[in-house]
Amino acid sequence: MKRFWRWLIPLAAVPVLALLAYGFRVSPRDIPSPLVGRPAPAFALATLEGAPLSLAGHRGNIVVLNFWASWCYPACYEEAPVLERNWRGYRDRGVVVVGVAIQDKREAAEKFVGDFGLTFPIAQDLKGTVSVDYGVYGVPETFFLDRQGRIRVKHVGAVTDDVFRKTVDRLLAEAGSP
Amino acid sequence: MSRVAIMMFAALILLGARPDPASAQSARPVSDDVVHEIAAQLRCVVCQNLAVADSPSEMASQMRAIIRERLAAGESPAEVQRYFVDRYGEWILLAPPRRGFNLLVWLLPLVAVAVGLVTAGALVWRWTHRRHGVRTPPVAVDPAMSERIRRELERGS
Repeated sequence: MKRFWRWLIPLAAVPVLALLAYGFRVSPRDIPSPLVGRPAPAFALATLEGAPLSLAGHRGNIVVLNFWASWCYPACYEEAPVLERNWRGYRDRGVVVVGVAIQDKREAAEKFVGDFGLTFPIAQDLKGTVSVDYGVYGVPETFFLDRQGRIRVKHVGAVTDDVFRKTVDRLLAEAGSP
Repeated sequence: MSRVAIMMFAALILLGARPDPASAQSARPVSDDVVHEIAAQLRCVVCQNLAVADSPSEMASQMRAIIRERLAAGESPAEVQRYFVDRYGEWILLAPPRRGFNLLVWLLPLVAVAVGLVTAGALVWRWTHRRHGVRTPPVAVDPAMSERIRRELERGS
């Protein structure tokens, strides 16, 4: 009996330690999005120049939807050249990169676009409705949409060449390619 | 938040006694308290452990505007909450719903308190009842040690 009591206290710590060991291995930033696999929410915004930009306008294309902000340093600054480079590389193959600036000032967003020489379409989500529709937590976050308009991959953090190419190549290789 | 108070607020807005530019444009008057009530249950996504209702961040204020718009469009508070959960998952709720695996979060503290109380009670009972009757077993001391104690005592006296 006495022996049992002596072991009880250290044994009671085991489930607590196990829970902590599990908890500390899980990143609080990697929250699985319930949107992956579901149709991408439609949106109709305006580009920085004021032209209409809607998701419906890109139906049938693979869409790389990137949420960013000019104040998001350094991640957005790291991925901007990556997005531009890959947009140029893939645009002839039915891939379109769409940027959405969130919680940003128009002048600051324009300066960012100018500084990086971004040529892909960029809209501003002034009211935050599109960000919430896509369950965006922060910037940068990138959604890869297949030709059927479903969200296939959500990438949190700066997109690298490797992530972009692997994901887009996989979607391009899928059935339904022209 | 009582239902009467919500109705009173709604009545005030309807009467125009409380002009509110946001609700003036919308299809249906929305009380600030209903918006606050929903926002208080949602986690501010760009903060650490703060409700949408309490955060000064731009994202949170945009979310409050979205709550107001959806209510104005005729959605019920439950539908508005559903909208956020559909997009962010249950993570967005500050209090996890009381079902399934989440029950653990609600029940474990109660279980821990109960176990603690029972343990403490049992120990106190044992300590208070040992004095009478239960004799403590003699402590085993090896002969060399008892010899040494005897010598030390003699030297001291």
